[in-house]
Amino acid sequence: MPAERRLAKGVRAKVAALVGALAILHLAILCAGFISPYDPTMQNREFPYAPPTRLHLIDATGFHLHPYIYAWTPAGVGYQEDRTVPYPLRFFVRGDPYTFLGLLETNLHLFGIDDPQKVFLLGTDAFGRDVFSRVIWGGQISVAAGIVATAFTLMVGSFVGVIAGYFGGWIDETLMGTTELFLSLPWLYFLLGVRAFLPLHVSPARTFLLLTCVIGLIGWARLARIVRGVVLSARTRNYVAAAQGFGGSHLYVLRRHILPETFSVLLTQAALLVPRYIAAEVALSFFGLGVSEPAPSWGNMLGELQQYSVLISYGWLLAPAAALFVTSVMYFLLADALHSRLESR
Amino acid sequence: MKAIALLSLLVCLLVCVCAAGTSFAGVPAPENPGKNEELDHVSGVAGQYGGLLTIGQRAEPKTLNPVTESDSASREIIGRLNADLIEINRYTQNTAPALAKSWKTSADGRTFTLQLRKGVRFSDGHPFDADDVVFSFALYMDEAIDSPQRDLLMIDGKPMTVTKVDAYTVRFTLPRPYAAAERLFDGFPILPKHLLEKQYKEGKFAQAWSLNTPASQIAGLGPFRLKQYVPGQQIVLERNPYYWKTDSMDHRLPYLDGLVFVSVGSEDAQVLRFEAGETDVISRLNSDNYNLLVKEEPRAGSQLVDLGPSLEYNFLVFNLNDLSGKGLEAVARKQAWFRDLKFRQAINSAVDREGIVRLVYGSRGSALWGNVGPGNKHWVNQALPHPKRSLENARQLLKSAGFSWNRSGQLVDKSGQTVEFTIVTSSSNAQRMKMATLLQDDLSHLGMQVHVVPLEFRAVIDRIFQSFDYDAVIMGLGGGDADPNPEMNVWMSNGTSHLWNLGEKQPATAWEREIDQLMQQQMVTLDYRKRKQMYDRVQQLIADNLPFIFLATPNILAGADARVGNFRPAVLDPYTLWNADELYIRSSGTQSAGVR
Repeated sequence: MPAERRLAKGVRAKVAALVGALAILHLAILCAGFISPYDPTMQNREFPYAPPTRLHLIDATGFHLHPYIYAWTPAGVGYQEDRTVPYPLRFFVRGDPYTFLGLLETNLHLFGIDDPQKVFLLGTDAFGRDVFSRVIWGGQISVAAGIVATAFTLMVGSFVGVIAGYFGGWIDETLMGTTELFLSLPWLYFLLGVRAFLPLHVSPARTFLLLTCVIGLIGWARLARIVRGVVLSARTRNYVAAAQGFGGSHLYVLRRHILPETFSVLLTQAALLVPRYIAAEVALSFFGLGVSEPAPSWGNMLGELQQYSVLISYGWLLAPAAALFVTSVMYFLLADALHSRLESR
Repeated sequence: MKAIALLSLLVCLLVCVCAAGTSFAGVPAPENPGKNEELDHVSGVAGQYGGLLTIGQRAEPKTLNPVTESDSASREIIGRLNADLIEINRYTQNTAPALAKSWKTSADGRTFTLQLRKGVRFSDGHPFDADDVVFSFALYMDEAIDSPQRDLLMIDGKPMTVTKVDAYTVRFTLPRPYAAAERLFDGFPILPKHLLEKQYKEGKFAQAWSLNTPASQIAGLGPFRLKQYVPGQQIVLERNPYYWKTDSMDHRLPYLDGLVFVSVGSEDAQVLRFEAGETDVISRLNSDNYNLLVKEEPRAGSQLVDLGPSLEYNFLVFNLNDLSGKGLEAVARKQAWFRDLKFRQAINSAVDREGIVRLVYGSRGSALWGNVGPGNKHWVNQALPHPKRSLENARQLLKSAGFSWNRSGQLVDKSGQTVEFTIVTSSSNAQRMKMATLLQDDLSHLGMQVHVVPLEFRAVIDRIFQSFDYDAVIMGLGGGDADPNPEMNVWMSNGTSHLWNLGEKQPATAWEREIDQLMQQQMVTLDYRKRKQMYDRVQQLIADNLPFIFLATPNILAGADARVGNFRPAVLDPYTLWNADELYIRSSGTQSAGVR
């Protein structure tokens, strides 16, 4: 029917748009070194808690297409703009060195300003580090942790769910008992305990691995139960019984008839899990269980806001929360669109 | 008939509710000074009677027992309920007569004879005399009770003896001369023998005076007495009508009807309550919160005071403990660097102290190059050099100690090992966490890979004092008295806070041996100038040998509501309430507020 088809088309367009937007977001995070003007760990000790640099387009002579800025100068407790010298924002500048995608050593940045002035698009933190650069770099850890942990969950969860649902009996009972155990563990206390047993310093790479494993470990149980439900209902279909009756092996039946049934659920779940896991990384880092200073992640950046005076005085430090919000909303909308698209099929 | 009974019950209940509510009815009026009372006339103090002062506490107090207390929330309250024989005036930092109106030191500096005030009464009206003093010190020195303060009364492991000469004269005999011994008496409240002797004899003293003890069974010699304790919420104190101080007009102190201690839970909550006008006095503010209050000051109309550098010193200390047989090979290997004076000097030279003061304390603090900061005017060694930060100098030092740099700029030792270590710090202390992050960046310029590990405070303490499983730690000490004697336990090689190398049987180095001698000598020297010379030398030795890399000290920041009169905070603990007996509430609009 045309109405339904129109709806399906709308949904498809929505999915395409969201996937596109998410792709841009992830590409930006992937190219953090290029997009961000500075090294995320570089301290500018003369500029603690500098507010976001204002980009100006209009001066005494009128409107300019090329933005320029004024330098911050300390004034009392805060800062004010030194209006005497304008500094034009420059594009494709040379700056702090970084390795692009872990391969190419370069120092090319999307934008910057002539030395010794600095441009802080989202202000600076307590050490005068550029919050914009830190948000972009921090995204690498936070978002990657979310995606990798989701993949981990999908693998473990669907494997356990399919086995339990398909074979039933004591296998089902044992596996589902295990998931219940995992669902009922007091995770936060468990994690604090785990941290106490780890050596004092854990390298960032290992922390990352640990983070993703821990987050994935927490989440797989719920997914396994969902998948099991889907498999249970698929197993009783006539075509499955027919395939089995014609002597199809377990592997054949699973691959040909059962697994395809779970794909739609897995896809939707993935879109739901990624933002939830990004938030989990944020929560773990907030409690000091995540990536340690000076490497940025959205979680340890937000940790600074535990202090009341910081929260109330320096609003721009909420930037990682905004980034988390935008990313999550995009993923949730995608999950929603995927869900309705699969429904309408 | 039933209805009348019910009605009368209701009325009774209503009365009870009113009594327990906010109205502070039934506050005892101060007694008129009697002829036989030897009162302390405080000159230059004037105020007016009435009003309550509300103070927010970060944690709930644990006890009201002065002998067993060990937390600052309890101490804050106990200090207001009790009085000492001789006290340190927090403003002048000198000793002043309290329950002892005068004292004499014998020529050999070993015997102190204290004359007690006559006619003084406990807050329950019972008279005070020498028996109470002897009884109290017996409690503090009793091994079975194990008071945290007991160590202070032991000199060379021997207790001082306390004897009653007559009803108003007490003699303290020390095993050997002790410099500034009269300062010791501050912090040892005198307890009522008539209320506590029974429990002490039954061996139940440690349980006495808990928070749940009825107010009628607690009495002290301080300006206030306990009125009510509401678990989890507040402790209310009311005026002690028999207090032994009067103002310049011969009016008996305190002016305030009472104090209300509200437990608010955290430093931030303390600030929020003060900002909202729900509490009247705040101390131990950090610079961020202070600046926040300064910004809002015009609206809140409060008096905020920056008292300048505190006596606390924050420092980085390396683990130089003897680790043989501890199974800590990884740490032991790194100790080869830590033990090298040039390595520590290089770090000392690379530290950006100005940066710490600016970024950690918002410029409300001072850089430190020694254990005595600029806030301790009587004892600081002004001759200590304050070398500027120099990474170049640091690199030279490392080079001359045999370190070099590999191709990727990492510092390596003689055996080719890259220099990499962790700095542990307490995660609950935002200031020290920031110092660690700054230090990490400073040292990265020398090619050192430093990892900052925030741990829960008890875990940090456990690693420092028990397991020795750490490379370096950022800590803070000091803040008690200005005198060098409380520092004995840090600098004596067998001291309990000799953090870098605990439990030395004998001094591990020549300079530690010299410090031991000097510290012991200054303790038995009575002349201030000679003591100062010795302590100057100690400071010099510490600065030369760098067992601690000193970083910075925060300013003492405090605030009070505009209506609070006689508000004179001090750099010694308790910063704001030390003169609670003199504080009063101004009738509105008599004085303009402002930042001092």
